[in-house]
Amino acid sequence: MATAAQSSTQRKLKVATTSLAGCFGCHMSILDIDERVIDLVKLVEFDRSPVNDIKHCGPCDIGIIEGAVCNAENVHVLREFRANCKVLIACGACAVNGGLPAMRNHLDVGEILKYVYFDADVKATAPNEPELPLLLDKVRPINEVVRIDYFIPGCPPSGDTIWKYLTDLISGNNPRLDYELLHYD
Amino acid sequence: MPNLETATSPQKLRRIAIDPVTRVEGHGKVTILLDEENKIHQVRLHIVEVRGFEKFIQGRPYWEVPVTVERLCGICPVSHHLAAAKAMDVIAGYGPLTPTAEKLRRLMHYGQFVQSHALHFFHLASPDLLLGFDSDFTRRNIFGVLEDYPEIAKQGVLVRKFGQEIIRHTAGKRIHGTGAIPGGMNKALTQEERDILRKDADQIVEWVSGAVQMIEKLHLSNPRFYNHFAETPSNMFGLVDARGAMDLYHGALRATDAERQIIFDHVDYSTYEQVLHEDVKPWSYMKFPYIKSLGAERGWYRVGPLARVQICESIPSPLAEAERQKMLAIGEGRPVHGTLLYHWARLIELLHAAEVVRDLLDDPQILGKDLMADKGPVRGEGIGVIEAPRGTLFHHYHVNEDDLVTFCNLIVSTTNNNQAMNEAIRAVAMQYLNGREITEGLLNHIEVAIRAYDPCLSCATHALGQMPLEVSLQNAAGATVSRLSRRSDGAIV
Repeated sequence: MATAAQSSTQRKLKVATTSLAGCFGCHMSILDIDERVIDLVKLVEFDRSPVNDIKHCGPCDIGIIEGAVCNAENVHVLREFRANCKVLIACGACAVNGGLPAMRNHLDVGEILKYVYFDADVKATAPNEPELPLLLDKVRPINEVVRIDYFIPGCPPSGDTIWKYLTDLISGNNPRLDYELLHYD
Repeated sequence: MPNLETATSPQKLRRIAIDPVTRVEGHGKVTILLDEENKIHQVRLHIVEVRGFEKFIQGRPYWEVPVTVERLCGICPVSHHLAAAKAMDVIAGYGPLTPTAEKLRRLMHYGQFVQSHALHFFHLASPDLLLGFDSDFTRRNIFGVLEDYPEIAKQGVLVRKFGQEIIRHTAGKRIHGTGAIPGGMNKALTQEERDILRKDADQIVEWVSGAVQMIEKLHLSNPRFYNHFAETPSNMFGLVDARGAMDLYHGALRATDAERQIIFDHVDYSTYEQVLHEDVKPWSYMKFPYIKSLGAERGWYRVGPLARVQICESIPSPLAEAERQKMLAIGEGRPVHGTLLYHWARLIELLHAAEVVRDLLDDPQILGKDLMADKGPVRGEGIGVIEAPRGTLFHHYHVNEDDLVTFCNLIVSTTNNNQAMNEAIRAVAMQYLNGREITEGLLNHIEVAIRAYDPCLSCATHALGQMPLEVSLQNAAGATVSRLSRRSDGAIV
């Protein structure tokens, strides 16, 4: 941390975050660094993130991805992040291995839509306008779509875990989580 | 106002999309169709994902559900956790909770109101209100507020932290904890934990009182604008206790019309299917619920803070009730429907939640060790309803003799507000965008209206409802040629 703070006169690192098929819990955990957010903004500058109004990702140093890939739009956003971020982190259970959304994988997606919206016999069907991105047949972890540099497990990883990971990276060290910061629930 | 839901000839129109809608929770986008003169013909809020939770939870054991279902939402996991636990209390055959268990659940729930409302106001919405709707979009966020109003931003961060710590001490983790189990709670609160939390409670009440004053001042500074922005009179809906006072953990259903005349009252929430119905539209995965007796056209309603502070007779904590009276006074005897009043109502609820948390921590029973109710015979069906930060949340399950879930229906808070949000953005579009050169700042006005509802689009994405559903097929002239309906158990009639 000390080294990172000292070097803050240099260019701030750019960080982008997004949530794909996730619950936003990992983003809540990022905010669970609490008042350390005041230190964080001295070290980094945010690009695209759900907590600001930047809608597309520009060139960044670190990209943090929450959530799995469940539709065509998720693929698109994930590729935008990979193309722009030097380092890409899979943050939390859904990004790492599909998580809860992947519980639908043993079912046929058509069956799910039929169950939820019903109506085999009527012309009206499940929502289907072009504005709605195409659902994928399976929910996939993000490393099946693009190369990922780091994985943080946890549902969600705690604020302390994310803080340690980020500050290690920002200081130029290889991130290392001690036993009590590494958990899978 | 013309109907802006569906343009008559969309092919000839230009499309503008706000994609993604930001500073809200989850994935949504807005599309606007305009002609060459920038006249607006269609405005829609789309929910673009679907998870199918109700389907894939089938076959899982019932006791797993309170921990699985909370993973629908990282902002209000406690609401899903507790609504499912309430349903499972019934299914597992438990009688009334012990006083300590109910108070611990309430502590967790009101702690969540503190964190969720603080998050929404300070982190997500305050940039619009403090920095301006059309201020520089690269600074229009919590970091911009930290620079310009460091004290307010810091208080917001610490109020949210306090709520998260309440949740951690009652549920084991800040996000996706495990505190409630069918029949009670799995952990008592220790005296040490109580003392740590109680130490900060008075400071939190004071800071939140300050925030309520701030929003009141903002409204008084320009009442024509702040009280009437995206004003859309509507029915209102939520839980109230037996006396008609606000109760966020348990109660019966009440609905009023836009003039606050009662539509129904003291309806047992386990009969919700008799009073609510829902509609599907092809352009959004989120359904459109409505009050059955009024029909789809007139029966849409609002839930959440602005509805709750108005349908109740009073708020049972003194500071919040005094602030509620001040807010209602601006209606001069009539209910208020301006969309930005959601923020004011939300902060009043935040104050209420902080007062309730403080009083629960002072209650000697909160340290009790008797956490489990008496168990009776197992039942095959359970319904749990709770007021989540964003509005009324319904959980409904059937379980078979092997303890496995066979049916699940969730109506999440944000789904209840679907039509209301669409109406609000159409009002903004007509009021501010119609016929003008569209700028980023003007588009943000649309998002400001959506944000006021604090939608949880991630919840809405996961859970799509299995309400009684009616599908009608219309011919080109708009006449109904066929109609089918399905009951919530799947039977087609």
